[in-house]
Amino acid sequence: MPSSISSLCRECGAHFDAAPKDERCSVCASPRIISHDELDSLSIAHIDCDAFFASVEKRDNPELQNKPVIVGGGKRGVVAACCYIARTKGVHSAMPMYRALKACPDAVVVRPSRNKYSEVGRQIKDFMRDTTPLVESLSIDEAFLDLSGTEKLHGGSPAATLVKLIKRIEDEIGVTASVGLSYNKFLAKTASDLDKPRGFAIIGKAEALDFLGPRPVGSIWGVGNSLRGKLERDGLRTISQLREMPEDELIKRYGVIGKRLSRLSHGIDSRIVEPGSKAKSISTETTFSDDIRDLETLLHRLWPLCEKVAKQLRNKNLAARTLTLKLKTSGFRSLTRSRTLAQPTQLAEVMYQEAKVLLEPEVNGTPYRLIGIGTSQFADPEFADQADLLDNSAATFAKVEGAMESVREKFGGPAIQKGRTLLKD
Amino acid sequence: MKITIERGLLLKVLTHIQGVVERRNTIPILSNVKFDAPDGQLSLNATDMDIDIVETIPADVASSGSATAPAHTLYDIVRKLPEGAQVELDCTGDDSQLTLSAGRSKFKLTCLPTEDFPVLSGGDLPNNFTLSAADLRGLIDRTRFAISTEETRYYLNGIYLHAAEKDGVEVLRAVATDGHRLASVEIPLPQGAAGMPGVIVPRKAISEIRKLIDETEDEIAVSLSDTKIKFAFEGTVLTSKLIDGTFPDYDRVIPEGNDKVLEVDTDLFAHAVDRVSAISTEKSRAVKLTIAKGNLTLSANSPENDTATEEVPVDYDEAEIEIGFNSRYLLDIAQQIEGDRARFTLADAASPTLVQDLDDQGAIYVLMPMRV
Repeated sequence: MPSSISSLCRECGAHFDAAPKDERCSVCASPRIISHDELDSLSIAHIDCDAFFASVEKRDNPELQNKPVIVGGGKRGVVAACCYIARTKGVHSAMPMYRALKACPDAVVVRPSRNKYSEVGRQIKDFMRDTTPLVESLSIDEAFLDLSGTEKLHGGSPAATLVKLIKRIEDEIGVTASVGLSYNKFLAKTASDLDKPRGFAIIGKAEALDFLGPRPVGSIWGVGNSLRGKLERDGLRTISQLREMPEDELIKRYGVIGKRLSRLSHGIDSRIVEPGSKAKSISTETTFSDDIRDLETLLHRLWPLCEKVAKQLRNKNLAARTLTLKLKTSGFRSLTRSRTLAQPTQLAEVMYQEAKVLLEPEVNGTPYRLIGIGTSQFADPEFADQADLLDNSAATFAKVEGAMESVREKFGGPAIQKGRTLLKD
Repeated sequence: MKITIERGLLLKVLTHIQGVVERRNTIPILSNVKFDAPDGQLSLNATDMDIDIVETIPADVASSGSATAPAHTLYDIVRKLPEGAQVELDCTGDDSQLTLSAGRSKFKLTCLPTEDFPVLSGGDLPNNFTLSAADLRGLIDRTRFAISTEETRYYLNGIYLHAAEKDGVEVLRAVATDGHRLASVEIPLPQGAAGMPGVIVPRKAISEIRKLIDETEDEIAVSLSDTKIKFAFEGTVLTSKLIDGTFPDYDRVIPEGNDKVLEVDTDLFAHAVDRVSAISTEKSRAVKLTIAKGNLTLSANSPENDTATEEVPVDYDEAEIEIGFNSRYLLDIAQQIEGDRARFTLADAASPTLVQDLDDQGAIYVLMPMRV
């Protein structure tokens, strides 16, 4: 029955019980009218900012507005984000920089300023939390929102509330976002990608199966390249082919993920939107502009990472019990080595010493392109870095790092460095 | 080689030996046990390249020879054979397979060439002395709990065994520490041990030798150089490499100026610590000791604000003091003290505390406090 269709203006949020006659909003005259049978009943949304880093850069430097912008860095770096102008030339994120510049030689390359992005990301999340407490953050610029039961509070359907929310983000923060609205997380996330940028896509219960059917298995959340390859070798290319397989068979063939594949292929996803899951790990890594093989140079690159992670631990008032060293070879093989520390630590020096022990056996002439360090198993810093019978250096390191921190706060990052930051030629 | 041996005896030896064999080995021969059967006896040998165990037992040798076979598989098979079974090991004719038969069971195991089996024992061990099994057990049992597992301070991953002098008496002293607690136990210096180098016996060797001497009352012959140590008794020989490092100067962490003395009933104390620590979370496990005249209050709390307190009567006559310890460490030490009363000698909340068994002057424990 066409009369049951509700419509909504993507621009101003005006709500219509039937689709407007001339297909334009009668309030703001925008042609962007969203009409859907289930418009008023769907309440799980996925919001994803459009070319986030690039949008922030364009916002802060209007000269970049109409130029292709790539955020990323270094000769060996990869594209962290690129604006939609650059995308028309074939640039996409995670693409090696040299290839991106080949595809789009006139692009303006901007070095990423992560602190700025996380600040903007935090503002956006605050706006989301103003709308509903059920915000599950996925990354710096995307989140799931559950808007069930907010109709009375916001005086409108979840869809209308979402339009208002992204309009607020656009007006007050200056970046655009795309919304996917559906009845579960999987479909909401799938939807947000359909209509980018400034999108608003809906997948209702009625069309979910037809919609999913022809899509490639790789579009299922959690199906990476290797699983996709495996599925394709087994003749499962589309979601409808997956749906025809009995769940048992999928579990038998692919293990636990088989259950998920089967359920998602039927549009079933019962995971709830879980807000406020605390960080489980803090890590950082760096890609080298030239491969590194020797211990001294690797250690030289490791130290600033330790300092960075220690600083984040201090900021979050955490201490870590487990340390993980990550390396990637020039052949893109990743390896990680972990150890549980004798006691939780918050100190860069302790992490450095422990990571060194993990690193040494891996230095055997293999060329590495990346090194990273991660901490997990957090504990109360109250119990971290306690004095030791034999070795009181933890207290000394704590004093040194505390003093360096206060000097840096006053005079900036490079004002004081450890000697090991300087590398002999 | 063809021999027959009683299942129980073979199992006992394999139990000892398989502890040395690593579950995963990059060098295949190290997964194997080596059999050597000259006349009338069988010796079994296993090694992980750091520790080497040889055990010799009487056996019915029909034809002498040697062979190697996978230690863990062999152990598993022998363990599952019925009690009292006679086990026949045979690799005559074909030395690429060892046939194990017992009753109606028959197994064929792949052998590796015996000449590939590494020889670790040998080399000159100039220092020789004997210890009673009871003395060696005492040295190990009262110190091993404090051995560190921290790889960065590898030189703490064992027991430091050395000759020392205390009040003009020569002693053999065992010391272990992980930086949080230290245990030092001594016995009169055995004859022949004078002039021995201080050696760090690695944790795994300690644990293996401790298993071996669990039931014996024999004298243990100890031989050592500055790189190896050998323990021999009753047909069993364990040789281990030593940790190549310098044990820290532990003397300076044993407090001397501590002036606050507390004496407490060991059992009462250990049980109270155990009960109170039930409340603190796995991760922090701090117990606070509030010590006043005649009374000790143990308390602990969890991040959820659950609390526990228990009072213990003590002999204490100094100014009130508060000090925190890791409850696990406190318990470990309380459990070492076999006498009825323990003495704590304290300075302040941030300095190491000395703990002693009033019945055992040969052992001292040092415990580092925690901030609470």
